[in-house]
Parts: sequence; C-alpha cells; structure tokens
Amino acid sequence: MKHRTFFWFFLPTALAMLLFIFLPIISVVTQSLFIDHEQVFVEVENCNFFGCNTVSVVDTEATEQLRAEQPLGRFVGLGNYINRSHLAFSEVGEAWDKSDSVGGFFNNIFNLPLYRALIFTLVFTFTVTPLLIILGFCIAIGVNSLNQKIKGFVIFFSLLPMIVTPLVGSLILFWMIDSRGIIGSSLQVLFDDPDLSLKASATLTWVTLIVYGVWHAAPFAFVVFYAGLQTVPQDTLESAMIDGASRWERIRYVVIPHLAPLVTFVALIQLMDNFRVFEPIVGFNASAHATSLSSMIYSDLDGESRLLSSAATSSVLTIIGVVILLFPVLIRTWRDWDRKY
Amino acid sequence: MSSTVVEHKSFPVRFFSYLFILIWLFIAAFPFVWTFWGSFKVELDFFSKENWANAITGVRTIGDTGSAFTGDGYYGAWVKEEFWKSALNTAIVCFFVVCTSLTIGTLGAYALSRSGFRYAFWLLILALVFRAMPPITLVAGYMLPFFEWGLWGHLWTTIIVLVAINQPFTLWMLHSFFKKIPKDLDESAMVDGCTSFQAFRYVILPVMWPGVITTGLFSFLLAYNDFAVTAMLLSKENQTMVPKIAGFLGTTQTEGNVMFAVAAVVSATAPLFILVMFFQRQIVSGLTAGAVKG
Amino acid sequence: MFKKLLTAAAISLAGTTVHAACGIEKGNVNILGNEFPAIQTIGAGAEACAGDGVTVKTNLTKEHKNIQVPSLTSDPAEYTVAIVANSSIVPLMNDDLIQPLDDLIAKHGGNFNDNQKITIGGKVMAIGFMANAQHIVYRKDLLEQAGVEAPNTYEEVIEVAKAVKDKGLVKYPFGAAYAAGWGLAQEFNNMFIGHGGEFFKDGAMPNVNNETGVATLEMMKSLTDYMNPDFLTLNNNEINAEWKAGNVAIMQMWGSRAGPLLAGEDTAPGVAENTVLSHPVTVGGGSMPATTLWWDGFTIAKNISDEDAEASYLAMVNAIDPSIMNEEVATQAVWMIDGYEPTPASAGVFATIEAGATPYPMIPFASLLHTALGAELPDFFSGKESAEQTLADVEAAYITAAKEKGFITE
Repeated sequence: MKHRTFFWFFLPTALAMLLFIFLPIISVVTQSLFIDHEQVFVEVENCNFFGCNTVSVVDTEATEQLRAEQPLGRFVGLGNYINRSHLAFSEVGEAWDKSDSVGGFFNNIFNLPLYRALIFTLVFTFTVTPLLIILGFCIAIGVNSLNQKIKGFVIFFSLLPMIVTPLVGSLILFWMIDSRGIIGSSLQVLFDDPDLSLKASATLTWVTLIVYGVWHAAPFAFVVFYAGLQTVPQDTLESAMIDGASRWERIRYVVIPHLAPLVTFVALIQLMDNFRVFEPIVGFNASAHATSLSSMIYSDLDGESRLLSSAATSSVLTIIGVVILLFPVLIRTWRDWDRKY
Repeated sequence: MSSTVVEHKSFPVRFFSYLFILIWLFIAAFPFVWTFWGSFKVELDFFSKENWANAITGVRTIGDTGSAFTGDGYYGAWVKEEFWKSALNTAIVCFFVVCTSLTIGTLGAYALSRSGFRYAFWLLILALVFRAMPPITLVAGYMLPFFEWGLWGHLWTTIIVLVAINQPFTLWMLHSFFKKIPKDLDESAMVDGCTSFQAFRYVILPVMWPGVITTGLFSFLLAYNDFAVTAMLLSKENQTMVPKIAGFLGTTQTEGNVMFAVAAVVSATAPLFILVMFFQRQIVSGLTAGAVKG
Repeated sequence: MFKKLLTAAAISLAGTTVHAACGIEKGNVNILGNEFPAIQTIGAGAEACAGDGVTVKTNLTKEHKNIQVPSLTSDPAEYTVAIVANSSIVPLMNDDLIQPLDDLIAKHGGNFNDNQKITIGGKVMAIGFMANAQHIVYRKDLLEQAGVEAPNTYEEVIEVAKAVKDKGLVKYPFGAAYAAGWGLAQEFNNMFIGHGGEFFKDGAMPNVNNETGVATLEMMKSLTDYMNPDFLTLNNNEINAEWKAGNVAIMQMWGSRAGPLLAGEDTAPGVAENTVLSHPVTVGGGSMPATTLWWDGFTIAKNISDEDAEASYLAMVNAIDPSIMNEEVATQAVWMIDGYEPTPASAGVFATIEAGATPYPMIPFASLLHTALGAELPDFFSGKESAEQTLADVEAAYITAAKEKGFITE
C-alpha cells in the first residue's frame, strides 16, 4: 500500500489515539517527574457546630506565589520512581544489608507496597492467562461441534461471565462465596471444614481471585477462537480426514496452526488486562490480602488525598511492566512480520 | 461442511465433549441464574445470613409480601429510580461507540495489514503500549481539561473517549483477522480498476464479517460494561446503567438498596440475549462468505 | 430581613412566584454533592429557586469527591456550589477553590444559626446543615439474656461480647466496619482519639508509632476475637446486613444508618424493636469518646462571577431554610437546622455530641495518614506483622506521600 493511501486510511484512528492516549501519556510522564510545592501552613482557629479548635491550614497566598513561579511543581527527576511507594531503592538496599537470610530479605521486600502488589499481579497474570486460553479453546471446539439450533443459546450463556458487570457481578459472587453463601457452604461440606472461609486467608483470597479471573475472561478467548474456527479451511480438514488423520491430529496439525495468530492476540490482550487487574480486588474487598499496581493507582487518585505524581509514577511503571511482559510476544510478531514481507 | 466432521466423531469423544460443555454452561450461567431467581426475592432471602436455601424457597419473601416472588426490586429500579433513563443512555453510548470504533478501526487495521513497511509494525506496537496505560489514570487526566473546555458530562465526550481508549484493541483484533485474508484478493480487485477504498469496501469487508462482528461485539461489551470512564465523565442526568447500579449500593454513611441493583443487573442482561442471537447468525453468514472465497 | 425570607420561603412552598421567593434576580447555580436522600432534599430546595433568568442544576452523585477538585479548578468553575463534609472540604481549602462567605452573609443574611457557620481563621468557609457520627448500637434483648449492662467503655464492650458469645446467643457478637481501606483506618482513628492520641507532631510529622498507637491496635485486635473472621472484608453495608439478620449483638455504626435499622424493613423479626442507639464509648480509662463527629455543609466556588455566587448563596440559603422541615425530611438526617425535632433515629448522634466527641480532624494532611493507615494496618490484623512494625510502615508510607504533596520537606 502506498504511503499516501496508508495515511488517509490510518488518519482517523491515529487522531483519536493521539489526542486521548498519547497526549495524556506525555502529561503523565511529565507529572511523574515532579512533586507538589512546599506547602506553607498557618495555624488558625476552626469553629463549627461542635465547638472550636486550632487547626493548621495551607496558607493559600504564600502557596499561590510558589505555584506561579513553578507551575509544574518541584522537579525531582526520578525521585518519585525510587521512593518507598514505588521502587524503594534505599529500602531494598537496607533490607539487603539487614537480612541474614534470603527468605528474610524477601519478607522485607514484600512489605513494600510496590513489590507486594507486583508479586500478586505476576502470580495472577501467569496463572490466569494460560488457564483461560486453554479453557476458551476447549469451549470453542466443543461449541463448534454442537447442533446449529442450540449454538445461539450456548454462546449466550457462555458469554454471561463476561457481561455481568464486574462491579455487581463480584458483589453477588462475594456474597455467594461467603461462608454462609451457597458456594462457600458447599465448599465447607466438600472439604469437611466448618470454619473454612474463602475471605479470611490470603491464600484462599488469591485462589478466589484467580478462579474469578479465569471465569470472567474465558468467554473472551472462547469467542475469538470460535470466530477463528469458522474460517478454518475446510478442504485442508477434509483432505486430512481422507489421509486418515485422527480427530486429535486434525486439531493439532490443522486447527491449532490456523488459530495461532489468534492465540497470540488473546495472549497479548489478556496478559495486559491481567497485569492491570483491578476490579475484582475492589469488588471482593480483597485489598487486605491482594493489591495490584492498578489498585495502588486507584487509592492514590482518591478524591481526598489526590497523590497525582504517585499515581502517574505507578502508571508509567505499569506501562513499562506491560512492555517487558509482552516482549516475547512482540519479538514473535516482529519475526512474523519479517517473514511475511 | 462442518457437519461432515461431526459425523465422524466416535461416541466417547462426543460424550465427553457434550459433558464438558454442560459443565462449562453450569459454571458460566449458574451465578446468573441464581441472581435471576433471587431478583424476585427480598434482600433477607437473597442475601440470607441464616441459610442460603432461603434464596430458593423465599421464606421471608412469603412473610413480607405474601407470595414467593416479588417484583419490588424491578419496580423500585425502573419506576422509582428511573432506570430506563440510564438504559437509554447506555443504548446511545453503545450504538455510537460500536459504529465509530468499527468504522475508523477497520480502515486503520486494513491499512496496517496491507502496508509492508516497517512503520506499520511500529504503529501496531505503539498502539499496544497505548493500551497498557491504566484507564483510571487516563480518566483522571481528562477531568481538568474537559471542565476547562466545557466538554465534561456530555454523552458524546464519553463516546469519543471510549472509542479512543478502545482503538488499540480494535486495531489489533481486526489486524489479526485481516492478516488471514490473502492479499491477492484485493490486489486483483485493484488490477480490475478499483481504488483502494473500493477494494476495501466491496471485496474485503464482505469477507471480513465474522471478524468485524466479533470485534463489534467486544466494543459493545466494553462500552456497556465500562465503569471507570462513565462514572467519572458523565453528569447524573446522562448517567449510563453501570454507574447507576453502583449508585444503588449506597455510600459509607448511608444505606443503599441492594435489591434494586440486583434487579437492574438482571434487566441489563436482556438486550445481550438479542445481541448474541444476532451475532450468531452473522457469524454463520460470515462462514458462507468465507467459503466462497476458498 | 429574616421575616422577609421566611414569608418568601412560605410562598415558594406554595409554589407561586418561585424565583422572586429566593430573592435571586439573575444567575446560574450548579450544585455538586453526594446522592443520599438528605442531600437530595437540599438539592430540590435549591432547584425551587429556578425561574426567569435563574437556572439551578444539580449533580448529586457518589463520585462527587473525585469530581470536585478538577471541576472547581477550571475557570469558570463547572459547579458554583459544592456540598462537602469536614473531610472533603480540605482538598478544596488546600487548593484555594472556595470563597469566604462573610460578604454574602453580611449582604443577604440568611435564616440559619451562628453555630451553623463553619469558620476557619475567622472567615466563614461553609454553612453546615447536618451532623453525623459513629456510635455504639446494641440489642437490648440479647444483652438482657446475657445478663449484662450496656457498655460505657470498650473494655465493657468486650465483656458484653464475651457474655453474649459464652451464652451461645450469637456466634460473632461484635460488629464494626473493619474492611481494609478507609473503614479500618477510620476505626483506628476513633480508637486512637479515645486513647488520647495526637495524630501529628512538629507540623506534619506523624505521631502514631508510639505506645498510644500500639494500645489502639491491641484494643482493636481484642475486639476482632468477637467479630466475623472475615472482618477485613466487611464494610458498613455488610455489617448492617448482619445486624438486620440478627447476627450481631453490639456494633459501632454510623448515626446516618440508624433510621433504616429502627424502621425494621428487610429485618429479621425481633431485631428492630430491640435495637438501641446508644452513645460512643471511651477506652483505656480516657475521657474522650472513641469516635469522631462529622458535619455536612455547603461551600461556594471561588472561580465564578459575583452574580453566580450571590445566586448560589441565596439558593442554598433557601434550601436549608427551617421551612423545609417536615416529618419525612426530619428522618433523613440529624439536621442542625432550627425547627428540627430530633427523631428516635438521631439519639445516637446527639448522645455523641453531648459526650463531647471531637470532630474528624480538618487538617490538610489528615487524609494522607488515613490512606496510609488503610493500606498498612491489614498486615497487623492478618497476623503478618507486629504492631510496632505495622505502625512504622504506616509512618513511612505517610511520610512518602506527605513529601510528595509538599507537606514535609527533606
């Protein structure tokens, strides 16, 4: 395709992304290099319905002047990246010096917010993504062989985990997995442990979140693979059958290679989405036992604290994390590209 | 076509395949069926602290209303809380998000898949990096400029934002579908005298229906399910369903009405049923179109 | 003046010549606030002032806290009025986004009491109209069956809980919103205040990693022995539901949630009529009740025209006029407005005020400590860390955040 034609075809989507994603990224990166001005306080009397007391408030006039001088705040370079809320270089160094064993060192590291979030995020990403791809693939194969008439219903019901709004879906599930809810009490019977509670222990909370993650995202993989299955070349399949290939061999040598680009696609999207896991943590009130980079950003952006630089820094780290995570997939895409053109 | 493949399956294979689908259907649909059933009960039954079986029998529902089923949740959500307004807003948002997303997305993805130049690859990668940005940060960043320019609170602002945020996904998804369509198809059309756009419109798009419809389905789900963008960028009067449902749940200091939320969730799923039936038919017609090309 | 306003309000209620009633000639009013019924009443009161040349719009939403700073920062501000509480007024003060109301009060007066004025440094920054507080609620019947008296201290709360549990009346007798995050941190604040703690020293330096902090955590930990083991995931909604199901004998709850508890809708038989709204309790031999007081009030944005500011002020004064009071409105909140006859549901909040509880600290950096507590305390309650280590983590997290906001310099 000519450059000129390409330009006109690509212009609308490029404009949308430039304005609403690229520019915000630039401003976020900038924000992450700055912190707020020093605040000047004054002690004043505060009176209300309940009486009077002395409080300190920000001296807005003095702060206004500082703000006018440096509209972006104080430049700190990578200061936000290495502080305790993020990469915590000095705390990690200290932990290394102080700990006498590797285990102790890791214990200290996982007490730091970013590393604690990272360990959950990585475990979540690397268990949920492969599981949901396998599950989605099996469902797609199964549904594809169903009778045409019931397919529509099966697809509809298969999509439900994805459609039921995560926010409320997790509210209802949150109740169902309660020790007195239907799933929670069934598990108690199943494991013969009347005190079993999925919410009270960290391990079980992680398991719950992972199961929810697979349940919620498997329909996505299913739909993509199902659509892909519709374009599997029938003549290849038939000739494979004539050659006496078993069902499994046909799947292994015809269907899977045909779906390979879609598997790459699903893996890309899901690695990224799972790395940014957020809604189930909020929905299951699970932040006592599991935090993620996105849930850190969420609490930084709270309307009262407004730690904008910290949120910006975590966002940039998320992007960097995703790029590292996707590197193998990117290299693969690059090779495909080279082979094709 | 596919039926010929089915006929050759042995009995155990078919048995396990059906069994597997049945188990999956149960896991997938059970929470929803449970919710659907429970939406006709009172809160003390559906969220019963005594015995979860109350949600099935409806002991308190009978005690409170005289019958085992009550439409109070639905009445409260749709009539008292005017949920229909939010449903209408969601319909508008979804319709325009899907249309715009697919229009600019198919154009862009087609261009990417037909350009052999390196920059096309880098554009794809860049789109992926864009997608890595957490949406909550994006939304927090939009707030001030949107207020400054008077763009905040309108449906169309939200539509454009949702389209933009979803473009990387749309591009990647359509790109991976486009890639599988042989290049000679549109090249031969252009040899016959079509412009690039005509080749795209009359030759490629018809073959592409399964991909386009599937991508459209995901655009729809994104717009339909979104909370981060719609909760922060829409004013109360333009609120869509999901933030409205979240509003039913109450605040730290005040009590909400959970059963309104449950009823609203159930009713919000109905349009999906119609959509999936439509989607299923389109996929099948796409299948025939794909066969023609072979 | 007052008389004129009163008659005017009466006319507005009668539904005639509405705009003249509020005394607004021209201007735009746009109100941002939370969405619970009491605020809806206030919003409707202001909307009654709309008329010729006067537009009144409201956006009452759960997301108001996240919207308020950017929307008032833009020039002109999107909203002319922000309805705030004593915690959410702080970010508006920090960024200098609201205007003192003294001139408007001098010019237009208003039918409210002096004690409704929230003054900071001698300037009226907000006008309050309702109060709220967390206090103890107990089940009369269960306490009687266990043979214990209503508690006055947290030590007695533990005794009560133990007695109820030992009798086998309910499995987990105590309830409080200990869900990780805001709620858990709020309970820490309450208990810390009860122990006589001061949150900050030397300006903005944290002061929780000390004996008081440890005592606070120990007390909270002993209470959790009598709570549902899932307590780190249970927020006010769930605790309230447990109460309604009759599974809790004594709990710490928001006064604003008391109405539905007494009304007995969706409640197990026998619970509502035995629900007693008590008062906050003290702890560790201290005299300060272990709770905080809250108010809700309105503020006027700074980045708006004088005309809009006047219109907004008049509309809001009309909205909080004593004439809004009727039976239904009275049940919606604990109003600070004249003519409000306390309802049974307000007993707990009034008891809290009488007990001399302290307001939630209106300090620029209080929310940062609150967030740090909410994030770090769960480690202690899940048994991962000692109290000292947890409090050290809280301080470290707070200091990092406070440095970023410029409250602490290196």
